[in-house]
Amino acid sequence: MAVVAIVVFMLLRLTTGDPAAIIAGDNATSQDVAAIREKLGLDRPLAEQFVIWLGRLARGDFGESFFFKKPVSELIAERVEPTLALATSTIVLTVLLAVPLGVLAAWRRGTWLDRLVMGFSVLGFSVPVFVIGYLLIYLFAIELAWLPVQGYQRVRDGLGGFLVRLILPSITLAVVFVALIARITRASVLEVLNADYVRTARAKGLAELPVMLRHVLRNAAVPIVTVIGVGIAVLIGGVVVTESVYSIPGLGRLTVDAVLARDYPTVQAVILLFSVVYVLINLLVDLSYTLFDPRIRY
Amino acid sequence: MRRLGNRSTVVGGVLFAIVVAVGLLAPLLATTDPAQIDPTGRNKRPGAERTVRGDDGRLHVVKVWMGTDTLGRDVYSRVVYGARISLVVGVTVAIVSAVLGLVIGLLAGYLRWLDGVVMRVMDGLMAIPSILLAIGLVSLSRAGLRSVILAIVIPEVPRVVRLVRSLVLSLREEPYVEAAVALGARTPALLARHVLPNTLAPLVVQATFVCASAILLEAILSFLGVGIPPETPTWGNIMAEGRALFRIFPHNILFPGVFLAVTVLGVNMLGDGLRDMLDPRVRRRL
Repeated sequence: MAVVAIVVFMLLRLTTGDPAAIIAGDNATSQDVAAIREKLGLDRPLAEQFVIWLGRLARGDFGESFFFKKPVSELIAERVEPTLALATSTIVLTVLLAVPLGVLAAWRRGTWLDRLVMGFSVLGFSVPVFVIGYLLIYLFAIELAWLPVQGYQRVRDGLGGFLVRLILPSITLAVVFVALIARITRASVLEVLNADYVRTARAKGLAELPVMLRHVLRNAAVPIVTVIGVGIAVLIGGVVVTESVYSIPGLGRLTVDAVLARDYPTVQAVILLFSVVYVLINLLVDLSYTLFDPRIRY
Repeated sequence: MRRLGNRSTVVGGVLFAIVVAVGLLAPLLATTDPAQIDPTGRNKRPGAERTVRGDDGRLHVVKVWMGTDTLGRDVYSRVVYGARISLVVGVTVAIVSAVLGLVIGLLAGYLRWLDGVVMRVMDGLMAIPSILLAIGLVSLSRAGLRSVILAIVIPEVPRVVRLVRSLVLSLREEPYVEAAVALGARTPALLARHVLPNTLAPLVVQATFVCASAILLEAILSFLGVGIPPETPTWGNIMAEGRALFRIFPHNILFPGVFLAVTVLGVNMLGDGLRDMLDPRVRRRL
């Protein structure tokens, strides 16, 4: 985590663009620029800036956005809801789709069903998120006109509109994720299917469904959950793109806007936040192993 | 012929070869200069015809296969030239990350005192989602081909390092490595002659996947407007250009999108096939 903090900090302080000059605008004199630089603390040595920055972080203060002219923490708070909604619905959708697909493919190994799922999985990896997004918009929003094209509606402005506007972005984002997880589910279920206890379960006359659920899936769960955790990185990357495609005012859009405006404090905060979330989720994933496999203890 | 490999390798290889051919032959395939602006021929639909004044001064009718964009540039010619950028980025990133990852991974895997430090740095880099890291890095310098390549290499290297290191860790326990040590081989020679050759097959496979993800990342950066400058015809740029008028003229996004998807698909299939052929043991792919 310390490395992440240093990397993120250095990343954005080494830029060639001078934020003070950008804020001051075109008509500013060099004195104006110097004054702004001093106010923002940009004139101090790098190491000192880093320590000041860390100290503020510890107090939950991400500094003030150069570009939006308000505290970054406030900015992030405004943008969290859409991103959280999008990410949650995507994860739910993915798990509901990918795990059954992967199990089916493994169960009917070598048949057309298996080939279909695996074919989809390779394809899902290869088609970029924004291409999927625009294809879906074209098909469902423009040609068929079933769903709204773009935009976002907050939950408190009506649950219906909120959900309807989440459908396409979530599907878009879920494609890569489903591809990833279906693949791993298939692989790990295949491994378990050959185990002796599965043969025993079948031999004692259990129907296929209970065998799959209780014996196979449970034992195949650890790698699947691991990949869901690792896949969060893919998801975060996808969020940035999907939000741009669907004009959703979330954290991903904020990242792109902030980079284009060379708004260091915002970019730092967002990248740091995403990385912390990623690391935390993977910690939770590690801890969840004990649920699936009682042999693992910490 | 049997060694030619499985279906995945062949199909992937052929797809990739087609894209390489398109990139190499771009000047021959393109109907117009990809940067040529035509104010009278803006936003043409695919298949429409327009008149262009040729080099000889006479007018001829040209069919615009994929339509034109808001500046009247021929989308087909731009897509064809876009193949070059994607391939250059993909292949360069793959080679550079493979070489860097190989060197760092070999050293970290074999010299124990280096391992801790190197792997902490790699873990730190891997904790930042690669698109975000690339976006952050691109903003460091003026956007251009070189800075985009660098910005994609840095998030990719740790994945290669991890692979090479884990291979080296298991290789160093092999009897033939111990035998070489017992015979008094020096570390550099040992690494070069006994350890390195055994890491190559998985490394090639990994490099293929890096290439695919680099092509995707470059397109995403361009699409978001933080990558290669917008006047350069890259697939991501053509799509970014087409965003505003997507509802009426979807061809600006669909054609480069299809090319991009087919290219990445080809490279991924090639990687899958190579992996099954070269090294059935390396099953993990993240």
